[in-house]
Amino acid sequence: MRPAPSLFNIVSVACGLAFLYLPIAVLVVYSFNASRLVTVWGGWSLRWYGELIGDQALIAAARTSLLIALASASAATLLGTLAALAITRFGADRGRTALSAMVLAPLVMPEVITGLSLLLLFVAINLDRGFLTVTIAHTTVTMCFVAVVVKARLADLDRSLEEAAMDLGCPPARTFLTVTLPLIAPALAAGFLLAFTLSLDDLVIASFTTGPGATTLPIRIYSDVRLGVKPEINAICTIMIATVALALIVASLALRRASSATTSRRPGAA
Amino acid sequence: MRRGFAPWADAGARALLRLQGVSKRYGDIVAVDALDLDIFEGEFFALLGPSGCGKTTLLRLLAGFETPAQGSILLAGEDIAAVPPYRRPVNMMFQTYALFPHLSVAGNIAFGLRQERLGRAAIEARVAEMLALVQLEGLGARKPHQLSGGQRQRVALARALAKRPRVLLLDEPLAALDKKLRAQTQFELVNLQARLGTTFVIVTHDQEEAMTMAHRIGVMDRGRLMQVAEPSELYEQPNSRWVAGFIGEVNLIEGRVAALEPGIAVVAALGGHFRVGATAGVGPGDSVCIAVRPEKVRVANAPAAAPTDNCLAGSVVDIGYLGGMSSYQVRVADGFLVRAAIANATRRTTPPIGWDTQVCLTFAPQDAVLLTR
Repeated sequence: MRPAPSLFNIVSVACGLAFLYLPIAVLVVYSFNASRLVTVWGGWSLRWYGELIGDQALIAAARTSLLIALASASAATLLGTLAALAITRFGADRGRTALSAMVLAPLVMPEVITGLSLLLLFVAINLDRGFLTVTIAHTTVTMCFVAVVVKARLADLDRSLEEAAMDLGCPPARTFLTVTLPLIAPALAAGFLLAFTLSLDDLVIASFTTGPGATTLPIRIYSDVRLGVKPEINAICTIMIATVALALIVASLALRRASSATTSRRPGAA
Repeated sequence: MRRGFAPWADAGARALLRLQGVSKRYGDIVAVDALDLDIFEGEFFALLGPSGCGKTTLLRLLAGFETPAQGSILLAGEDIAAVPPYRRPVNMMFQTYALFPHLSVAGNIAFGLRQERLGRAAIEARVAEMLALVQLEGLGARKPHQLSGGQRQRVALARALAKRPRVLLLDEPLAALDKKLRAQTQFELVNLQARLGTTFVIVTHDQEEAMTMAHRIGVMDRGRLMQVAEPSELYEQPNSRWVAGFIGEVNLIEGRVAALEPGIAVVAALGGHFRVGATAGVGPGDSVCIAVRPEKVRVANAPAAAPTDNCLAGSVVDIGYLGGMSSYQVRVADGFLVRAAIANATRRTTPPIGWDTQVCLTFAPQDAVLLTR
């Protein structure tokens, strides 16, 4: 039995949670504020959610963000999975370590630097900035997150499963599709959702690499807020928080289910 | 085991599986070293050896997961050394079983059949047949993680047999089972093999397992086959000090051939002379080793009954009571320790011969083996 939490434990946990979530709670609560003045509570209302529907610019930005998130998360899942396969399966140990470090380095790269270097690259190769460049930039940043998630799953996977499939007459490509892929699918889903949410809430890299006609939601919100906080912003932010939280919960559930399905061995349970 | 099944003794018999000069290296490490081996149709062959001896590599070479650096692997006369695993009429049962966790038991067994593009009805019939074969009727819809260890082992066996392979490879198939289940499963595997007539090649590090199940055993060490023989021959007629020491317990007495009599070599060792059945090619002056198993050494208070028997005087140093038998350690000339095993044929609780007793160890010339290697 663990001892009951002391007063100190309770207070410290409460302070920590408040520090993390109080600002978000304030934002969510104020999104239901009836008053136009952001700082004055005027009672509960869904008014700003209604007004959102009429705000064409904000809706367009949200659509752009969703499309970019979908496209870049798909590309990142594909590339990240290939990278994870390369790291876990091929090459000598030394090459593998180097490759692994290189794939994972962008995880800790400051976003400003990533954004700036991508901008320089796009200018150098004379690529018009817009939807495509933001998608490419987001793919670059998020594929390493996918690679980390998928790599962990592949490392857990018993290689003899693939050997067994081949032994039973299944060629390598079909083995990948019928055995490997179903077994790592939860990691792919988790990686995809992670990449999706990272793309959805990115401001820094998007603002470096975007161009006319490809204003993402965070960019739109940021520029609106500079002119003063509108209550609609609170509403759209609440919707974003809900979307991202949902995606992350689904991703973690997918990963947990996958690991319990393949590792719940019951040795000797005759 | 079927009596009278011995194609390896027939010079005219053709091997189903023939390995010729097969080598496999990992960097500087030689896992399999210029190995020759014939395995016959319907044989239950065991590869036995300490860990790291190359037995698993050899099995993986047969399965096609590794390709040999040199040599050929002939299956029914056809070289399969370069054939990928998915085109070999050979199936493997993995040590970890490697059951597909996302497929049901029936799905696992049907996996190999689906690759052959068999019809649905044919697949279902074969799956039902295989489930019956391993006595798992009614469990086809379960997922592997819902089965016990013993049941998973059977599913793995059924899956590997479903395609009716020419050769079934088994990598430590019983290692994950507890001791009681293992003994029972050994028996079942032997019966199954006899019934199907499929050639089985099993890898194990467990001597008893190999001795109980296999027609012939190949003992491996450092990538080489040290001896290939039937279990009884391996035990009673080992061809080298290494094999004698690896299989069971043995006393190895080093000496030199003093004289040759018809069929008998007189060996000078431990300050005396021993008469041992001669092996071909042994001449006077050769340094040899007398190998005698503990249970073939008699412990007595008086010298040997038959004058031709070898006799060693010594004192009992230790007695180990093992239930069915007692193990004696006797110190003889030069401080050399000889082990003798005595069957506890009666319900006596005190040893008939106690500690520090002066005893005579005797063994007949034909009960010892002369080793030159």
